[in-house]
Amino acid sequence: MPKVTVDGLEIEVPAGATVLQACEMAGKEIPRFCYHERLSIAGNCRMCLVEIAPGPPKPQASCALPATEGQIIRTDTPMVKKAREGVMEFLLINHPLDCPICDQGGECDLQDQSVAYGRGASRFEENKRAVTEKYMGPLVKTAMTRCIQCTRCVRFAEEVAGIEEVGAIGRGENMQITTYLEHAMQSELSGNVVDLCPVGALTSKPYAFEARPWELKKTPSIDVMDAVGTNIRLDSRGRAVLRALPRINDDVNEEWASDKTRHAVDGLTHRRLDKPYIRKDGKLVAASWVEAFDAIKAHWTGEAAVLAGDQVDCETMFAARALAGTSMLEGRQTGLAYDTSSLSAVNFNTTIAGIENADVILLVGSDLRREAPLVNTRIQKAIRKRGAKVFAIGPVTDLTYKVEWLGDDLSALTKAPKALTEALKNAERPAIIVGGGALRYAGVHGAALAFAKKFKLVRDGWNGFNVLHFAAARMGGLMLGYAHDGGIKKLAAASPTLAFFLGADEVDYSLFSNTFKVYVGHHGDNGAHHADVIMPGAAYSEKSGTYVNLEGRVQRGERAVFPPGDAREDWAIFRALSDALGKRLPFDSVDALRGEMAKVVPALGVEGLANYGWNEPSLSAEVNGKIADYPIKDFYLTNAICRASETMQKCSSELVHGTQILEAAE
Amino acid sequence: MLADKDRIFTNLYGYQDFALKAAQKRGDWDKTAALMKVGQDAIIEEVKASGLRGRGGAGFPTGMKWSFMPKAPTPERPNFLVINADESEPGSCKDREIIRHDPHKLIEGALIAGFAMRARAAYIYIRGEYIFEAKVLEQAVAEAYSAGLLGKNAAKSGYDFDVFVHRGAGAYICGEETAMIESLEGKKGQPRLKPPFPAGAGLYGCPTTVNNVESIAVVPTILRRGAAWFKSFGRENNHGTKLFQISGHVEKPCVVEEEMGIPFRELIEKHCGGIRGGWDNLLAVIPGGSSVPLVPAAMMMDVPMDFDGCKAVGSGLGTAAVIVMDKSTDIVRAISRLSYFYKHESCGQCTPCREGTGWMWRVMEKMRIGNAEIGDIDTLYDVTKQVEGHTICALGDAAAWPIQGLIKHFRPEMERRIHEAKGNNMLEAAE
Repeated sequence: MPKVTVDGLEIEVPAGATVLQACEMAGKEIPRFCYHERLSIAGNCRMCLVEIAPGPPKPQASCALPATEGQIIRTDTPMVKKAREGVMEFLLINHPLDCPICDQGGECDLQDQSVAYGRGASRFEENKRAVTEKYMGPLVKTAMTRCIQCTRCVRFAEEVAGIEEVGAIGRGENMQITTYLEHAMQSELSGNVVDLCPVGALTSKPYAFEARPWELKKTPSIDVMDAVGTNIRLDSRGRAVLRALPRINDDVNEEWASDKTRHAVDGLTHRRLDKPYIRKDGKLVAASWVEAFDAIKAHWTGEAAVLAGDQVDCETMFAARALAGTSMLEGRQTGLAYDTSSLSAVNFNTTIAGIENADVILLVGSDLRREAPLVNTRIQKAIRKRGAKVFAIGPVTDLTYKVEWLGDDLSALTKAPKALTEALKNAERPAIIVGGGALRYAGVHGAALAFAKKFKLVRDGWNGFNVLHFAAARMGGLMLGYAHDGGIKKLAAASPTLAFFLGADEVDYSLFSNTFKVYVGHHGDNGAHHADVIMPGAAYSEKSGTYVNLEGRVQRGERAVFPPGDAREDWAIFRALSDALGKRLPFDSVDALRGEMAKVVPALGVEGLANYGWNEPSLSAEVNGKIADYPIKDFYLTNAICRASETMQKCSSELVHGTQILEAAE
Repeated sequence: MLADKDRIFTNLYGYQDFALKAAQKRGDWDKTAALMKVGQDAIIEEVKASGLRGRGGAGFPTGMKWSFMPKAPTPERPNFLVINADESEPGSCKDREIIRHDPHKLIEGALIAGFAMRARAAYIYIRGEYIFEAKVLEQAVAEAYSAGLLGKNAAKSGYDFDVFVHRGAGAYICGEETAMIESLEGKKGQPRLKPPFPAGAGLYGCPTTVNNVESIAVVPTILRRGAAWFKSFGRENNHGTKLFQISGHVEKPCVVEEEMGIPFRELIEKHCGGIRGGWDNLLAVIPGGSSVPLVPAAMMMDVPMDFDGCKAVGSGLGTAAVIVMDKSTDIVRAISRLSYFYKHESCGQCTPCREGTGWMWRVMEKMRIGNAEIGDIDTLYDVTKQVEGHTICALGDAAAWPIQGLIKHFRPEMERRIHEAKGNNMLEAAE
């Protein structure tokens, strides 16, 4: 632990810290543009210059310099001040003065720092440089004249997103940031470069000219587009959520968010269910809440089936189950029927942050890049930082990093190929990740558990057994008992008279032809088309909800805006319906509901990682057959909100289908 | 004046063939194995004792640089020698002559130097525009391989050593050692942050030493004739012989090997036939290639041409590329042209150089025409100070220094132009 002196204050800093970090620990603000703590150090903006003794008699870039014992760092000398002013002036001479029409205004590093460190006026009398626009895809809008060449976007693309498609061409003052041949960034994480860009060169295309940051109400929330549980901030104005930004949570999403998380929010205002509907003569007709309740009452037998969709919060699932009983609950819409007797056997036990430390990883039928992009970045990190080796069983797909493909034959699980066993022999922290999609094949779950046992993936201080879900509601649903023995097929075979579908849009509704179907949800998607009664509910932005992510982390989001029209928060719908059905539920507020829920499932009452312990169910390890494909065919259109989103439609047609169209034309 | 018997580069003018046979007649590759037999550390000590300072411009003691290399490299992380033949400094042309006419001196030097620093291989990064020289060098390397002087058991020394020739793509910045390493690795030629220095993590992350062509090419002769011989030339701290490249307004521009510390006047009189139009016609000299400040005539006459001598007059020896300018020179335009060069060659990585070089050039162009205010000279000086010392590599300094030299010594000329242009404007307005 070296001791350094910053402006006369002696502090001890952790070994390996940079001078910049040392200054921050001493409470000194160091201006910077290129430095970002989650990216490699570039040291090219030269804004973080400080004076250091011992050392050459010139200011040093503090971001790139290791702090060493006995250093005397000065951040407040005339030399430092002059150096910063100089760099600031250089950055501004070719930067356009178009702040009034720049979307970055109000959250611009250059703006803020020029106030603090810049000169009053410019001495540059020549013409400013202009740079042609670059195309970076449907999500990133460019104004490259504003670029200050910090290369954060380049480093992000390479190091975090794993795509080597962004780079600089030209040199000197003609250096320009661009994508390879000006194609769209082929990444599920491209939107993050907008946050990273310290100026207005890269801004959000869908959000262009929508609002100024100071007009927005900011609400902490949890993302429901996948099972990662990305911590987000919803920025809303009036009744509309205008954008979603990641919040920093090192255990979950660091400070990234997938493009779906960020940009599906425009889907929240399209195709919304804003009043109840009842099917009359084969057609859905608008109705009042009372009429809807009466229609349901006609089919009420004191019990009902409940099928939960992928984006439902725990409160909704709990309220539905409190009303409908617990014998016919299912959340695995697509028909999965894996064993859920032990939650730890279907959990991501290594944890999202923990997978970074794995040294050998086996993927089984898991297209991580599409199913959980932010888990994928962790594996990218494990490879980059710790040299982890990744093996995979399944059809070959581009995961952005080097994978040793073991074929798509599932027998590789029971008869592991030599390369894999060799790697596992010396591994200290081996891990297996079984994709939610692979669980549809009989025996995979058991074989994976047997594999874990054989190679001791679960050892002292390390649990390497992971199942990767990709529905935000999945773990919460399993904790609330939303898993019917034999899955949805067996449940449908019992042909329940009444069933509630909670935002369930991926269900095969033909299974329920004899059931009276009540759809409780927010979008007029597949579920609503098949419903006999529609009760309009709230989307994730419109209710306070508890979500459990794929690693069993209980998180809560708050309400940003109100549901449209007659739509109501889902739990309140069930509370009201319970009155109509004569089975009053014992809660009148979210807090009371949560109290009741914590009584039934105590883990849902505490935010943070739920402890499932580790117990292995005994399952048949016999497995054969091949993994035919991955469940997510179109990353941008996986749920009702995305499908209603114009931005996601654009992404889908360009990034997923664009190449196919081009190929066909050739 | 250096006696012919003390010349290291005996075929500098190409009167003889460059190929292996002729080179061997000149004494190259003569008992190389015996030179290496003394052992690695002994060679490094000998080079240290010779007082050889790096010939690429900075003048860092070569032996000391070699001693920074790890003494026990592993096969997974070998040492590398990179030889900088990306000679792009305006005015410099010594490496070109060495490679063109005496390539075996360089290749033999590479083997010995590589052996001394326990390197697995040497990469010679040759300037892209040196097409003929690259061909010569490739031929010479091929000759050396087929004669068993390189490769396994190179020159029967028992040491395995490879030499690779890599051609640059025409970027001045790739002459900066870490940018050269980046370029060799196939990346965009941009200098790296230091630390880590190349001796710790260089080419492909392995310990690397980057040396100038001349520094390497003189090593075999130093070992053959002894450190004391080399040290007998020149002043304290500035020993040995050096290739001077004199260009500009002299009667006979030339590249010549001379003793370090030879007075400027003697160098010009003896080898270049004097200044065009006589000594009174001398305006200024840039003694070490475009990146060092110019020195006005009066100060330059008796300067000893070595590192410390040039430093004493506020300039530097650099690569000893002496650019002589007589009174017919438009000095402001000359420096403005250099500013354009630096603007053109800035890699664009770090802010002060990327933005500053363009700004400086544009103001210099205004100065050339006189279309400026007197205060602009001070602004320009301030801008050069804002670039200098704030950049990742030394190109920022190199771009700033010529202008600082100009303002320091020729400010009256700059002011005269501004006044003149103003006067003309007023006349025009009056008409």
